[in-house]
Amino acid sequence: MAQQISINPVTRIEGHAHISIQLNDAGEVDDAHFHVTQLRGFEKLCEGRPFREMPSLTARVCGICPVSHLIASAKACDELLAVRIPETAIKLRKILNLAQMVQSHALSFFYLSAPDFLLGMDSDPAKRNIFGILEREPEMARGGIRLRQFGQQLIETLAGKRIHPAWVVPGGVNEPLTPEKRDAILAGIPEAKATTQRTLEWFKSILGDYREEISAFANFSTMFMGLVGPDNTLEFYDGQLRMMDAGGNIINPNIPPYEYQDYIGEAAEEWSYLKSPYYRPVGYPDGLYRVGPLARLNIAERAGTPLADAEMEEFKQLSLQERMSSFYFHYARLIEILHGIERIEELLHAPDILDPRVQATASANSPEGVGISEAPRGTLIHHYRIDTQGIMTWANLIIATGNNNLAMDRGVAQAAKHFVKGEKIEEGMLNRVEAVIRAFDPCLSCSTHAVGQMPLHIELLSPDGAVVDQVQR
Amino acid sequence: MSFKTFKIDDMDLSAAEDDTILQVAREHDIFIPTLCFLEGLSPVGACRLCLVEIKGSSKLVPACVTQVQEGMEVLTNSERLQKYRRMVIEMLFSEGNHICAVCVSNGHCDLQYLAQRLGVDHNELPYLHQQKPVDASHYRFAIDHNRCVLCTRCVRVCDEIEGAHTWDVMSHGIDSQVITDLMQPWGDSETCTSCGKCIQVCPTGALFKKSKAVAEMVKEHEFLPYLKTMRETK
Repeated sequence: MAQQISINPVTRIEGHAHISIQLNDAGEVDDAHFHVTQLRGFEKLCEGRPFREMPSLTARVCGICPVSHLIASAKACDELLAVRIPETAIKLRKILNLAQMVQSHALSFFYLSAPDFLLGMDSDPAKRNIFGILEREPEMARGGIRLRQFGQQLIETLAGKRIHPAWVVPGGVNEPLTPEKRDAILAGIPEAKATTQRTLEWFKSILGDYREEISAFANFSTMFMGLVGPDNTLEFYDGQLRMMDAGGNIINPNIPPYEYQDYIGEAAEEWSYLKSPYYRPVGYPDGLYRVGPLARLNIAERAGTPLADAEMEEFKQLSLQERMSSFYFHYARLIEILHGIERIEELLHAPDILDPRVQATASANSPEGVGISEAPRGTLIHHYRIDTQGIMTWANLIIATGNNNLAMDRGVAQAAKHFVKGEKIEEGMLNRVEAVIRAFDPCLSCSTHAVGQMPLHIELLSPDGAVVDQVQR
Repeated sequence: MSFKTFKIDDMDLSAAEDDTILQVAREHDIFIPTLCFLEGLSPVGACRLCLVEIKGSSKLVPACVTQVQEGMEVLTNSERLQKYRRMVIEMLFSEGNHICAVCVSNGHCDLQYLAQRLGVDHNELPYLHQQKPVDASHYRFAIDHNRCVLCTRCVRVCDEIEGAHTWDVMSHGIDSQVITDLMQPWGDSETCTSCGKCIQVCPTGALFKKSKAVAEMVKEHEFLPYLKTMRETK
């Protein structure tokens, strides 16, 4: 008898989602889907508002990565002003963006995913969380918490507050950096670096234990999309938007921001509120691509900072085929943290970092603006149109997580087919299906977090909808 | 000029007969909340936040337009007053769309300050505000009617200090709004001198400089009493 398993809600992710697994008459997984169950409506509520509100307004999309939206939005607004942004402002924005990448990656790795690695995919779900790590490996937990604190405090030091700061504005930032603040940030760098290096060594040492997960965690050939800097280095703020195919060939070395819609289409499916962006030249749904840490590390040739360069070289020794596994998102995330810390240090030592000229002022000089940056989860696009008075008439946002929607959906099916089998459905099997989603670190609504409290509710349903069996934790 | 002796919150005080309760209270650091009142503009007693109790009278009076009287005993902070003041703020929140988080005046707003100071931590009234337009037709300034509390400070400063009388109020009740000239777009106004005084006296983020992003609009109205004195002594 065909049955359906529902994992609802998916735990240790940012936002609300559920997974449905359809079993066939033989009790094998037939198909599985990833459903995002919330609607935000930001594109609509931007209309009619002055464009200068956009960075702060769209930052409310997210409580974890508001800085990403501040950055992409401010870049779109810079285009509306049609002026050159002061160099120092760009550097300060870059530092802020990297600080957020560090804290967000630390949250994803240590709080949300490390419990699976440290305590085991099959361990007691009641303890499979950050508190469980605190009990078992207090040093590791403390390191992760401190690393996240480093990023969050950097954001507060620079921008005034940790969540939803208003410091990034169209034209630049609204306050220069002081020597005291710079020194305060620099003081935290050695510890953050050491924690990341230690964690990277440990993670590399356990990769061998996860061969099966590596093989079945959304491990398929796809295209990758991301920004790259000059000399093909890792880039999060500016640079060229690039597409790489599954064979490692760069198919579009420099997609002009204003033409992104020629390359990226957005499809809507009835089973999810999250749209499914796809690569238009290939079509839907075959044009699926991935973004985020794994995509960036695959696309960029090197990091551009010494420690991360060495790590990336090692990472690149994996074959391209191996690097297609979404399990390596975790690995890529740790390398990016290391790069972020190094780059922050480098930028803080720039000779003009204390320059008081940090904001260009102008009126709304252009009818349209596109801002593209790399959020922790991948490429983020803000696209605005305004009237002659600077009032928003239209907005389009392609959120980083959205780019991965098709891949997450397919990844869930792959993992379900691999892990969910047999007469009895074990919790650990389903946790692996959830863990695929965690590897992508999606930010679904971005504001809700619950540690160890969200119940995992699995229902086995008969074709007529009757509950045959259920498991609750 | 004769002097009156009276009490505010059990404090024995004396003041000139044409002094208002608000004036005397401020001189003695007694807090009475105000919103439509602004030093340098004629008081209108419209916002009702400065209502005080007079012993022996059941009627509440606005401190900004009520002169002190001999033997008067004024209460400025009774439970009854606190309740009414919170209610006034709640009604303003119900009538307008005051989302501080994305407002140009976040952190520098009289309404936000008063709500915090008076302990308005939630709103019991239903939100009745309609979606109103933003007039950004002026080359430097804009007005977001959603954030206007109809204090008429802009109307008075434009009329009394600048002498242009570009601003006025139209309609009734919840449909009331401030207008420029005969409800023309601000950018088309022939009377507006673009002096920006209305921007500086506006207590909220309703009137703002177009160049300002969220939380950047800091209002400065210290110029008012000075300008007024200069006008009167000319």
